[in-house]
Amino acid sequence: MRKLGLMAVAGVAVLALALAAWMRPQPSAEQGGATITGKVKFTGTKPTNPKIDMSEEPKCKAKYPGVPTEEIVVVNPNGTLANVFVYVKSGLPATYKAPEPAGDVTLDQDGCRYHPHVLGILVGQKLAIKNSDGILHNIKAKGVKNRPFNISQPTVMTSERTFTAPEVMVPLECNVHGWMHAWLGVLPHPFFAVSGADGSFSIKGLPPGTYTIEAWHEKYGTQTATVTVAGSETKTADFSFAAK
Amino acid sequence: MTARSSAFVIGVLLAVGSIPLPSPLSLAAQDTTAGKKVYVKWCAGCHGETGAGDGPAAGAMLPRPRNFTGALYKIRSTASGQLPTDADLMRAIDEGLPGSAMPAWKGRLSDAERRNVAAYLKTFSSFFADTSQHVVPLKFSSAPGGGSGAAAIKEGRQFYDSIGCRKCHGDQGRGDGPSAPTLKDDAGFPISAADLHQNWRFRGAGEVEDIYHRLRTGLDGTPMPSFSDLIDQKFLTDEQLWRLAQYIRSLSPAKPPEVRDVIHAPQIAGKPPASPDDSAWGRVDRYWFPLVGQVIRKARWFAPAVSGVWVQAVHDGKTLALRVSWDDRTQSPDTAWLGFEQRLMQTVTSDDSAPPKAELWPDQLAVQFPRHLTDGMERPYFLMGAATDPVYQWRWTSQPRHAVAGLARGIDQFDTLPEAPTVQAVFDHGEWRVVLTRALATPDTGNEVQLEAGRAIPVAFFAWDGSSGEHGSRMALSTWYFLALDRPTPPGVFISPALAMLVTLGLGLVVVRRAQRRGAGGGRSGV
Repeated sequence: MRKLGLMAVAGVAVLALALAAWMRPQPSAEQGGATITGKVKFTGTKPTNPKIDMSEEPKCKAKYPGVPTEEIVVVNPNGTLANVFVYVKSGLPATYKAPEPAGDVTLDQDGCRYHPHVLGILVGQKLAIKNSDGILHNIKAKGVKNRPFNISQPTVMTSERTFTAPEVMVPLECNVHGWMHAWLGVLPHPFFAVSGADGSFSIKGLPPGTYTIEAWHEKYGTQTATVTVAGSETKTADFSFAAK
Repeated sequence: MTARSSAFVIGVLLAVGSIPLPSPLSLAAQDTTAGKKVYVKWCAGCHGETGAGDGPAAGAMLPRPRNFTGALYKIRSTASGQLPTDADLMRAIDEGLPGSAMPAWKGRLSDAERRNVAAYLKTFSSFFADTSQHVVPLKFSSAPGGGSGAAAIKEGRQFYDSIGCRKCHGDQGRGDGPSAPTLKDDAGFPISAADLHQNWRFRGAGEVEDIYHRLRTGLDGTPMPSFSDLIDQKFLTDEQLWRLAQYIRSLSPAKPPEVRDVIHAPQIAGKPPASPDDSAWGRVDRYWFPLVGQVIRKARWFAPAVSGVWVQAVHDGKTLALRVSWDDRTQSPDTAWLGFEQRLMQTVTSDDSAPPKAELWPDQLAVQFPRHLTDGMERPYFLMGAATDPVYQWRWTSQPRHAVAGLARGIDQFDTLPEAPTVQAVFDHGEWRVVLTRALATPDTGNEVQLEAGRAIPVAFFAWDGSSGEHGSRMALSTWYFLALDRPTPPGVFISPALAMLVTLGLGLVVVRRAQRRGAGGGRSGV
């Protein structure tokens, strides 16, 4: 009877664990794990992004109420910087093994711009390159550690590609529309994030350790911070980029 | 080394080169140490000691020599992003890359030397040593039935439009599409969308099959993408891609143009056509003259935009009409191309005293003659004459749109003469068509060439593309060729033989009659 009860408890626990795993589709999030969070501040005068002349592409142009601009420096209303790729550069134990990638990462070409503008992916994870515009785009990846490629997408379609080696960053571009640029960070682990509309980022599920965190911006370069985490604690690492 | 021993070594090398190797396509067994020697001697001048495409001569080249360190190759049989096969590398070395400075090495280097150097090239990039890289040629289908008939080409043209080729290559395929001024290669150098009317300059050769292969593989390192995903996803059928290749092939002449030294200008009955689009030009033979960059005098120019001119000529015994047409992506000056021009100036080595700046220059054409025709072979200096021996030139500019005549006394001095040729010019989707007309005989016999029928009239051509920063000594030029104004065949040519035949026939008849008469008379006398 006691044995049965123990088994029941174990069963419930297994179920609960399975449920927990199911409810957290994020592969990176090891149960418990530590979190590094922070904000990317921006100081100085906000630069103006170049305007895009989309007159050759009326279908794209129609998607904007005003004149669209490039997204080289996106400063949020709260004075923070978006599109900063923040990732664990070093510090993971040598034995660390990344989980199997769950699902694809999608890059969309919509309105003759890339969405998102900055993104991360695991080595071996599928990048689904979607053309929602239905006009000719070519998507060229200009990696150095990864083999570059250049494929044509003249219609609404999705092409899939994977990346074999860690590389921060692989530039992506369209040559039909010289203003279209995106940046892809390829990593052997899921500990990365991109600063969003409030300038914040959060890297979850880290094993205990001391990490070098790098923040990368396409115009302002990189900054690093060293953060030590233990257990399931949350530590803060803020970055600040200044106008050049 | 004695002459005998070196002869022996050469003999061995030749013998080794001619022995069939166990796996003719693999370079794995090649000697990279020997390959390095060949590389340093023959390749490093352009491609650089470290293979980074930055040899001493690289700066003057556009397209730049291949940078081997990234293992990115334009002409492959593999999918975009994949390494080339050994056979792909050998093909580039053996046959060269038309339209670039890369020559064909077959016949210049032995088989062993070429194979060794190809193996050495692979050592410049770690990708070739990476066993996880799968180098598998794409499975290419063979050309579908239906051939290259009008229907197939028409269908190909529909795909040219629907899949957006025109964005870079332009409506008529001369590399003048709206995205063309923004194009850069992966190293950031300016790059031109191919002029699809000059298939003899396609890097990977210009027959239908070559074009189809390039559509499937793309040209890695350039903006030209691969279209294989479209077939995989059934947006296009393989056959449709072949039709597109057939359409592209149809834009170029059936055979690469041959250079013929003498332009024959037939004499026609009516007035010579003054308009470039007069249908009469369709009945006149056209001649191709290749142009090269002016690299003799400062400022030298290594990246001429105009690769050659097509020339036609007719006359009516009083007036000459000369039609010159050439491919030029831009109707200069064109502000849309200023950025491209700036990048071009920064990329191509110049020997100007100050770094050149992008400016709005017009397009130009010069047609050059000597002032006088002589019976001998001596001609003025082909590069615009000399102070003591000027040449007579027609110069046309796109802005202001006019032509003048004058005397060039070397590259820097041009003195306009009062009488100008008449001119009509048309710019049409990346092509200039210009007709210059002038009286054969003019009053100013001291300065203006007198165009006489039946004489070999020396003629040379110069062209400038303003949007490529070409002006002054930055130009494309030809050597001297000849213009011959053909005389109509005199009626005597046709009448004399007939007369001669009639006379012969008449005389023959007389002789026969006389002989018959004599024979008849003799018979009688003998009875």
